[in-house]
Amino acid sequence: MSSENGLKSGSNLEKILKAGHFAFTGELGPPRGANAADVREKASHLKGVVDSVNITDNQTAVVRMSSWAASLLVIQEGLEPNFQMVCRDRNRLAMQADILGAYAHGVRNMLCLSGDHQKFGDHPQAKGVFDIDSMQLIGMVKNMRDDAKFLSGGDIDEPPKIFIGAAANPFADPFEWRVHRLAKKVESGVDFIQTQCIYNMDRFREWVKQANDMGLTEKVAILAGVTPMKSVGMARYMKNNVPGMDVPDDLIKRLQGAGKGKVAEEGIRIACEQIEEFKELKGVAGVHLMAIEWEHKVPEIAERAGVLPRPIVD
Amino acid sequence: MIVAKRKPFEDIKEMLQGYKKVLNVGCGTCVSVCLTGGEKEVTVLSTELEMARRLDGNPIEIGQVTVERQCDREYLAELDDRVDAYDALISMACGVGIQFLAERFPDKPVFPAVDTSGLAVNQAVGWYEERCRSCQSCVLAWTGGVCPVTMCAKGLYNGPCGGTNKGSCEIDSEQPCAWYMIYERLANQGRLDCIKKIHPPGEWKDQVPRTLIQPGYKKPEKIET
Repeated sequence: MSSENGLKSGSNLEKILKAGHFAFTGELGPPRGANAADVREKASHLKGVVDSVNITDNQTAVVRMSSWAASLLVIQEGLEPNFQMVCRDRNRLAMQADILGAYAHGVRNMLCLSGDHQKFGDHPQAKGVFDIDSMQLIGMVKNMRDDAKFLSGGDIDEPPKIFIGAAANPFADPFEWRVHRLAKKVESGVDFIQTQCIYNMDRFREWVKQANDMGLTEKVAILAGVTPMKSVGMARYMKNNVPGMDVPDDLIKRLQGAGKGKVAEEGIRIACEQIEEFKELKGVAGVHLMAIEWEHKVPEIAERAGVLPRPIVD
Repeated sequence: MIVAKRKPFEDIKEMLQGYKKVLNVGCGTCVSVCLTGGEKEVTVLSTELEMARRLDGNPIEIGQVTVERQCDREYLAELDDRVDAYDALISMACGVGIQFLAERFPDKPVFPAVDTSGLAVNQAVGWYEERCRSCQSCVLAWTGGVCPVTMCAKGLYNGPCGGTNKGSCEIDSEQPCAWYMIYERLANQGRLDCIKKIHPPGEWKDQVPRTLIQPGYKKPEKIET
């Protein structure tokens, strides 16, 4: 079901994608405190540069300002949030309540995630909720939006018109299963996908081709995940310590070859080359730039990647 | 079977601080098999406690008994004549047995000497791995006999998550990824269709105390003690 204008949510991100523009989204991690100024400062670098900004939800299972609250601050700064929600911290009652509340305050995009296990975070003793999983969360939001029904089947008096996103990791094992998992998310009702950070381009191309062949990219907008490497140490850490991350040795060699003081610049150059390729790659509808604690660099990266100015769609 | 692990000695000692005469009750079934709360372990704990308390200048007298099953009224009845002589009871049974003992002797403080950790298989002597969370909604038919509720750290019904790591779970490289195992087993059986379908949200049945009455039986009006 869609509204009179043919849009499911009317979010800026939805309009950009529907108009056929190459989308460009960013990411903002809320602070470890009640520091609204910190959110506003980070947002200031992204305004007019991204179509929507992901507001992470206790990322890496570390307590931060809640993602819906930081989303509201971002709206106040004139930026469109993509409200992230993990299944780790809320049961179905709290999830649905937060979806309604966030929507009531103007949130129009959501990213449905399982969430990193609490063992990794600052409260490893916590009870992980996982009442429903990310696949079921997608279906729940779609049902709330399109059928005005709670998960229980009860009626919602004003449904939240949310543009529904989810993550996909083309690099986790077993590789053959990844495209089927994407297909399940599409069947659940996801509108857009933001992928895990891509470093292994060969594997990503293969995954997108599979998605194309299965007709999935006609039903869902895939935004390719890009995170510029700031240092050789970061590249090695991601290769060895972050589960589900695929960092080829060639990439590490290229960063090493950049020489002292020039690695971050080389990292940005690689990211820009990736973005240039994604613009031409069939099945890719945009880029999701995760410049972790590097928000101030996003305007420069966007400029050099040739994605500015951002289109305005009424 | 049900497996359990003995609590740290200092914790047990602390619980018994104010008591002078205590009966230590073991269980001859699951906790005995998993080397935690059978006759031998009752003797070891009782002896340790008596020695430690003597050294503290605060002696304790500990009686020892191991019943066949603490979760069975018939075997607990064997203790009826003995319990009066003690100030308190220690139970080395699983959480079920501890509670049933406390229920039988409601005037006596009952202290647990073990932490019950779950329903597990015996991989080798002294090595047990959990396999079931008794969710009361068994999905093993379509997950290739691998339980995602127990074996997946997030209990996902539609896995694997993005944290699956070369066959291991993101929480620990020693912990196999349940969904990787499910995929491998079903792929091998040519049954991947089982997990291509979306599994809907679970109806959690373990959120209230559960009662089981088999077909043909009913709850008696009066319980025979």
